[in-house]
Amino acid sequence: MFHKIADRFGIGIAIVALFIFLSVSSPHFLDIANLLNILLQVSISTIIAVGMTFVILTSGIDLSVGPLTAFSSVIIGLTLHLDIGIGIPILSGILVGALLGFMNGILIAKLKIPAFIATLGMMSVARGAALFITNGQTIHMFPSEFRFISAGNLMSIPIPVIYAFVVVMIAIFILNYTKFGRHIYAIGGNKEAARLSGINVKSVETWAYIICGITCGIGAVILTGRLNAAQPIAGIGYELDAIAAVIIGGTSLNGGEGSIGGTLMGAILIGMLRNGLNLLNVSPFLQQIVIGAVIVSAVFFDQYRRSKKDSSAAKGLNRPSQAVGATKPYQ
Amino acid sequence: MDHEVILRMQDINKAFPGVQALDHINFELRKGEVHCLLGENGAGKSTLIKIMSGAHQKDSGTVLLYGKEVDIKNAHISRDLGISTIYQEMSLIPGMSVAENIFLGEEIVKSPFYIVDKEKMEKQAEEIFREMNIDINPKRLVKEMSTAQQQMVEIARSLVKKRQIIIMDEPTSSISDKDTHELFRIIHKLKSQGVAIIYISHRLQELSEIVDRITVMRDGQDIGTVNMKDVTIDQLITMMVGRTLEKMDKPVRDHIGEVLLEVKNISWGNVVQNASFILRKGEILGFAGLVGAGRSELMRLLFGAEKMDAGRILLQGAQVEIHSPIQAIGHGIGYLSEDRKRDGLVLSMGIDQNITMANLPRVCNGFFLSRKKEQLEAKNSVQALNVATNSIHKLVKFLSGGNQQKVIIGKWLLTDCQILIFDEPTRGIDVGARAEIYKLMNGLAQLGKSIIMVSSDLPEIIRVSNRVIVMNQGRISGEFENDGTITQEGIMPLMLGGVGNVS
Repeated sequence: MFHKIADRFGIGIAIVALFIFLSVSSPHFLDIANLLNILLQVSISTIIAVGMTFVILTSGIDLSVGPLTAFSSVIIGLTLHLDIGIGIPILSGILVGALLGFMNGILIAKLKIPAFIATLGMMSVARGAALFITNGQTIHMFPSEFRFISAGNLMSIPIPVIYAFVVVMIAIFILNYTKFGRHIYAIGGNKEAARLSGINVKSVETWAYIICGITCGIGAVILTGRLNAAQPIAGIGYELDAIAAVIIGGTSLNGGEGSIGGTLMGAILIGMLRNGLNLLNVSPFLQQIVIGAVIVSAVFFDQYRRSKKDSSAAKGLNRPSQAVGATKPYQ
Repeated sequence: MDHEVILRMQDINKAFPGVQALDHINFELRKGEVHCLLGENGAGKSTLIKIMSGAHQKDSGTVLLYGKEVDIKNAHISRDLGISTIYQEMSLIPGMSVAENIFLGEEIVKSPFYIVDKEKMEKQAEEIFREMNIDINPKRLVKEMSTAQQQMVEIARSLVKKRQIIIMDEPTSSISDKDTHELFRIIHKLKSQGVAIIYISHRLQELSEIVDRITVMRDGQDIGTVNMKDVTIDQLITMMVGRTLEKMDKPVRDHIGEVLLEVKNISWGNVVQNASFILRKGEILGFAGLVGAGRSELMRLLFGAEKMDAGRILLQGAQVEIHSPIQAIGHGIGYLSEDRKRDGLVLSMGIDQNITMANLPRVCNGFFLSRKKEQLEAKNSVQALNVATNSIHKLVKFLSGGNQQKVIIGKWLLTDCQILIFDEPTRGIDVGARAEIYKLMNGLAQLGKSIIMVSSDLPEIIRVSNRVIVMNQGRISGEFENDGTITQEGIMPLMLGGVGNVS
């Protein structure tokens, strides 16, 4: 029984516990300004983690989200300086993210390169491209409309938080109420069964990476506006935050199980932890250690609960059957 | 001959959920004999040897080794007791050398730092091969060798450790005739050294060359042990199939219509060779054969799960291209795979989501899924197919095999397919649920659906099919109308292949 509760609400319990602990131990934690600040801080990582959730649900991984964000940001910066308004730059930043995501998707779904390797390569390629087209320089000074629309405040609510909210809602809708969302879960749950049920596995997989790229593009818009700068070296460590949020949020690295709601809570938990450690004056170096330990513990917990589940499921049918090889023997 | 009994298994029982895999089995193995285990797929041979090798645990019974009771708890203990198992699937590591494989887990090391003594291992391996009188370079990588050579390495592996019992599971199923002779020569040599060999094979014609005694198994029971020289092949076949058929309704055939599907000359490597057949509307067509005869592969080709090398498929007289499951489904074909858990179901999903998986548009309003429609369809299917569950949201991994199969049937019925391919539809399903599945299949046929059923269970084939096609080693070796005269004895020789020219 406890397992069931922990399974369902484990992350929620952790958030509540941390919230109470921080409210008690820091006088500033409960300030509205601080709470909004936490949400602002996690808005970019939440948006990218949403894209990452699609990818991980298909049992993939995307290590290239940081450089993808940097490259999109640089494209936004360069196009903003062309003085063609702010619509096209924003759109092109998002499209560039989608394009690089598409390339990831083709490498993985079509050319069967392991996701880890393909996106590791893309990590270097996108970073290099961002550095190359800017010659390593940061691009500054953007129009104020752009800064408002990407990182301003609307009735004292930071606009990035609104974007994150909208992205989360759309993603929840897609995953739960569309054919495509169902296909994502099916592929992650059992790729072969999905294929034999007539699901176009390659296309769905590719789209997962495209979506992840799009979220990087949206993240880049916010990042560029907040910093009022497009840096080719931006986005370092984004993959860690995104993957951590997804995993802490209860999505299985094996795919097929998980939710956007969990990812959102995972992102908030990490944001709260960072914020709390700052308020408590913990050294930023030490913070990294804590965050790393939390991620590993979360994965350990995930594995543990899965092995529990599997051992209870293994009590089902278990008659030995000889496997029919899908492999083609020698001619 | 020396009649000393090395291994005696008494009253062995082993049950898996829904199946009594071994039912009071008695088995004895003498020093220096080659003892064949014979039986259909699913007779319990594999389970028995897995108990010897420690891969499975017996539920009850005693195992005596040299008269002393032993408890083979795991593979390690089995090896320490001097039992060596050579499985059909090789257990060698392809990227390692022959010598490294032979000494795997028991490497020879030299002091002071436990450095692996490669030279010594290679030298010892060489000696073993010389003794076996075969020419294999111990330094070669296993992946560069032929299947037969790899098998020799497996055997060498059991020799180096001076094993007294060697279990060979269908050792000749994947090697050529020439290599088979080589293998037999080594088996004779091992025999003369007093090693006892348990030999599993379906190739009846080769048994007389090497086997001393045969124990026939059927449905988890041992039918008897006979001396090879006292029996004929026909007698063995009778022992294998002597199972009494349950009382059954003859398949109805008056609703069978015109030809729906024609398959012409499909080939895929040497696994499926030049297979042609037809399927009529409302017909249940059974495919009999041994595991590995190419039946499942033929079905996967027909369904587009693999790409055929050659061949054509005609639906209602018109040629169709099927290169992917999507296309097959588009042409109204559904495929219920042999391994439900591996490629039939998404175990982490509920009954409802599995049922709608192959035809989501049916429960969509435009782009959007309608949970309401989905639940309605799932509820209808669950009721129509009589799936035992308290909720349509229950995860399918918690269902019994029979109910899982019904969910998959429900999935395909939702696609309105005209042809349903059942691959081993009742494997791992208990007797009660089996009858239900048969009833469902009959009902579907009467509704005009055409059914292909691959089954390794001959009574099932005879009970359910209107017509039976037999396959052997990738080829179609026979065809029968099931007009009531069809018998297991009539089908079995065609499954085994080439029995006609047994000496």
